Amino acid sequence: MSKGVHFVTGKLWRDECLCFFYFQNGKGESKMKKEGQVRIPSGCAIAAVISTEGKKISGGLVAEAMRPMHDRSNGLGGGFAGYGIYPDYKEFYALHMFFDERATRKDCEAFLKERFEVVHAEVIPTRKIPAITDEPIIWRYFVAPLQSKVAAMQVEEEEYVVRAVTRINTEMNGAYVFSSGKNMGTFKAVGFPEDVGIFYRLEEYEGYSWTAHGRYPTNTPGWWGGAHPFTLLDFSIVHNGEISSYDANRRYIEMFGYKCNLQTDTEVITYILDYLIRVQHLTLEEAASVIAAPFWSTIDRKTDLNDKEKHIYLRTLYPSLLITGPFSIVMGFNGGLMALNDRLKLRSMVVGEKDDKVFIASEEAAIRTMEPDAENIWAPSGGEPVVVRLKEGVQI
Amino acid sequence: MSIDFLYPEFEVVRNMDRCITCRVCERQCANEVHAYNERLDKMVSDESKCVNCQRCVSLCPTRALKIVKSDCKLRENANWQNDGIREIYKQANSGGVLLSSMGNPKELPVYWDRMLINASQVTNPSIDPLREPMETRVFLGKKNVKPERDESGNLICKVPPQLELDLPVMFSAMSYGSISYNAHASLARAATEMGTYYNTGEGGLHEDFYQYGPNTIVQVASGRFGVHEEYLAAGAAIEIKIGQGAKPGIGGHLPGSKIVGDVSRTRMIPEGSDAISPAPHHDIYSIEDLRQLVYSLKEATEYKKPVIVKVAAVHNIAAIASGIARSGADIIAIDGIRGGTGAAPTRIRDNVGIPIELALAAVDQRLRDERIRNNVSLVVGGSIRSAADIVKAIALGADACYIATGALLALGCHLCRTCQTGKCNWGIATQRPELVKRLNPDIGSRRLINLLTAWKHEIKEMMGGMGINSIEALRGNRLMLRGVGLTEKELEILGISHAGE
Ligand code: SF4
Ligand code: SF4
Repeated sequence: MSKGVHFVTGKLWRDECLCFFYFQNGKGESKMKKEGQVRIPSGCAIAAVISTEGKKISGGLVAEAMRPMHDRSNGLGGGFAGYGIYPDYKEFYALHMFFDERATRKDCEAFLKERFEVVHAEVIPTRKIPAITDEPIIWRYFVAPLQSKVAAMQVEEEEYVVRAVTRINTEMNGAYVFSSGKNMGTFKAVGFPEDVGIFYRLEEYEGYSWTAHGRYPTNTPGWWGGAHPFTLLDFSIVHNGEISSYDANRRYIEMFGYKCNLQTDTEVITYILDYLIRVQHLTLEEAASVIAAPFWSTIDRKTDLNDKEKHIYLRTLYPSLLITGPFSIVMGFNGGLMALNDRLKLRSMVVGEKDDKVFIASEEAAIRTMEPDAENIWAPSGGEPVVVRLKEGVQI
Repeated sequence: MSIDFLYPEFEVVRNMDRCITCRVCERQCANEVHAYNERLDKMVSDESKCVNCQRCVSLCPTRALKIVKSDCKLRENANWQNDGIREIYKQANSGGVLLSSMGNPKELPVYWDRMLINASQVTNPSIDPLREPMETRVFLGKKNVKPERDESGNLICKVPPQLELDLPVMFSAMSYGSISYNAHASLARAATEMGTYYNTGEGGLHEDFYQYGPNTIVQVASGRFGVHEEYLAAGAAIEIKIGQGAKPGIGGHLPGSKIVGDVSRTRMIPEGSDAISPAPHHDIYSIEDLRQLVYSLKEATEYKKPVIVKVAAVHNIAAIASGIARSGADIIAIDGIRGGTGAAPTRIRDNVGIPIELALAAVDQRLRDERIRNNVSLVVGGSIRSAADIVKAIALGADACYIATGALLALGCHLCRTCQTGKCNWGIATQRPELVKRLNPDIGSRRLINLLTAWKHEIKEMMGGMGINSIEALRGNRLMLRGVGLTEKELEILGISHAGE
C-alpha cells in the first residue's frame, strides 16, 4: 500500500482543499482525508454502450450491466454518463451540481446568473432507497453563456464555461459542478453503481450512448464528487486503474491552467485529453498515441515511414503526457466513445457488438447482461484505441 | 624546519618484509615520493610530497604499501581545524589564493541521500524490466510548438532541434588541456557507443575527435578558445558556458605549462601562454546579450543544433533560469556547488553557490509556474554519483544529468584532488606524455560503457519497481519521492512530502 499512504502535496493544496466540503454526515469530523487532500488508489469496473445509429437506449440497461461486476466496486462510488439525454435543451450547457445547503445554492445561482442565461433550473429527480444515504442537494441548470461576457474575456465559449466551472469547484465552498456538457449528463453518488442507477431513476432517461463506473477505492470516507465519471464539458471519463505517471502528468498539465483538485487519475486523464483534443486539436487516435504511446522498439520497427515519423513527433512533443501504469478508460463525448488500455494492457477490457450497438466493459459478463447475443467479443491490445462514432448523417 | 612546517598529511607505510625493491612505486609516482637508496639497498619515501592518489598502492606487486592519514596533528580544536590552520600557514608563506580541484569536500547536506524512492505494492503492479520493455530514451530540446497540419489534415512533423539520448546521462564538460587526450578519447568513444554525448569543455575539439561529432557537445566559454565555424558545425549541440558549480562567478585558468603541443593548437593560443577565461563573457553583460549570443550561434549553425546555456546554481537560480528559458536557448544546464573542477580557488569552490537538488527543484517549479517549462529541457550536474541520484533528479524534474567526476572515477581517478598540479598519476588530469599513456582509451572507454550500462540497468529496476515503464513518466513525478530528516522548508522547496505522509 505504499501509494495508499496519504499524502498532501504541500501547503497550497491544503488551503485549496479547504474549499471542499463534506457531504458526509456531521457526526464528528473524520480525520481521514478525501479526494483533493490525498491521492486515493482504486480498482474499478467500467461499462459502456453506444448505438451507432443514434437509437435510444435506456439508462437502466447500463445500470444493470454493473450488477455482475458487483465485486469490482466496494460501495464507495458509482456513476454514469448519458449522451443525447436532453434533446429539448441540446443547445444549452447542462450543469449538474451538488450543494451542501440551500444558502450555498442561492449564492451559486447568483454567480451563475452573472455569467449565464439560465433557461431552466430544477432538482434532479431521485428515489429514496436505503442503499444510498447522506445525499447532498442535487440540481441541474441549463445555461447559455452571456455573449457580452464571453467577448469581454476574449476566449472561446467553451473555455468560458470551463473557467466558470473551475471557479465554482475551486473557490465556492460547498458547491460542486459534476457535469457541464451539452445534451449529456453525469449521475454519480457514493454507493454501488447499480444502486446509484436506481437512485437517479436512470431508467427514465434515454440516450444513444452511456458509460458507467463502479469504484473500489482503497481508502476514503466516500465523497460524492469523488465518484466517477469525471467530466469536463462533454468529455466524460470512466477509468479503471492506478497510474504511476500521475504526478508527472499533473505537474505538466497544470501549466496550462488546469487544476487537479481531486488528485484522482480520472481527473488528470480528463484534462490531458481535453488539452490534446480541444486545445492542441489532435485527433482521438493521435491523442491515444500520446497517452498510451507505442514503445520505441515498436516505433523503430515501423515500415510505414509517415506513421513512424508521426509517432516520433508525438512522443518528442508530449513526453510528459505519456501515462504509465495500469488503466482502461472509456471516454464519452458528443457523437461517440473511445476506449483505451494502457500500453502493457495491465487492466482487463473487452469489446463486443450487436447490430447497431457496440459494448465495452471490464468483463464480458457485463456485455452479456446488456446483450446476451453480443458478437465479435474481443480484447483490444494495449495502447490500441477503439473509437466508435455515430454513423455519418445520424442526427441527434 | 620553518614555522610553516607541519607534519605531512599522509604517511607512506612500507612493509619491509614484503618490499622487494622492484622500484615500481618510484616509477609510478610523478610526485617523486619514492626513491631507491643504494647505500641502504632500500626504498625510502618523502611523504611530504604524497597526495594520496593510491597509484603506488595499486601497482605494488607485493602489496607492501599503504598510505595512511598521519596521526601527528595539532592539538584538537573544533573551531580551528587542521585544514584551516594549514591553509593559513600556506597563505602566510605565499601571499597567494588557495587553489583546489575536484568537488567541494566539505560536509554540506547531500539532499539526494535524504530522499527515498517509491515502489508499487498491490494497488498497481511493479513491472519486471527483464520481461517488459523499459524505456530510457530522452529528447532534449524545446517542446513548445503547436501542431500544424497540411491541406489533407496530416500532421506536419517538425520539431525544434533535439538531442536524442538513449539514457538520461551525459558526460559533462571537461576541456582538452585540463584532462588528457586519452581521457577525451575514452569519453568520446563511450558516448558514441552508449547513444549519449560528451562535452568538449572550453578547450576546443582535437582534430582526431571530429569523427565523434554526432555525439559531441561543443562548448563556447568566455575565453572562446578553439571556437571557429567548423568546430561549431562539428557538434550535435552547442553549450554556452556561463558558469560552473565549482567556481560560480569566475573564469578559468589553465597554466601555460599545460598549453603544449596539441593543446595549444586546439585552443588556438601560443604554446606556454596561460589560457585565461575571463569571469563574464565580454559580450554578455545582461540577459538580452545572452539572447544575441544564442541566436548568433543558431545563425552560424542554421538553426539545426540545440543551444545549451550552462550556469552555476546560485541563490537566484530560478529567476536566472526563467530568463534563460526566454532567451531562445533550448536546454539549460545547471551545475551545483558540489560540482568538480580541474582547478578553482578553494574559497570559491567551498563557499559559493547552492546544492543542485534545491536549485533543480526551484527551477523546475518556477518554469512550470511561469508556464515555460516546455521552452527548455533541464540538465543537472554537480554532483550525480549513482543511478539512484539520477532517478531522484529526474523525479524532481530534470530531463537528464551530467556526470564528470563519476566518469573520471571510472577511468581510474582516485580523487586525490590535486588535478591542478598537472601530475595526475592516473593519466587523466595531465599532459605529460609518460603519464597520459597510463590511461588506455580502449580500457577507459570500456569502463565508461560498463558504468553507464550498469546504471541503465539500475534505473530500469527502480522504474519498474514504481510501475513506470518510460523515463518520461518519471520526469517531475515528485510523488515518487519522500524526504527523510528534512525540515518543512526543505520539503517545501523540494516539493515533496516527508516519509510517512
Ligand atoms: S602520490 Fe600517489 S603514487 Fe605517490 S606516494 Fe602518494 S599515493 Fe603513492
Ligand atoms: S583526475 Fe587525477 S589528479 Fe585529479 S583527482 Fe583524479 S586522480 Fe587526482
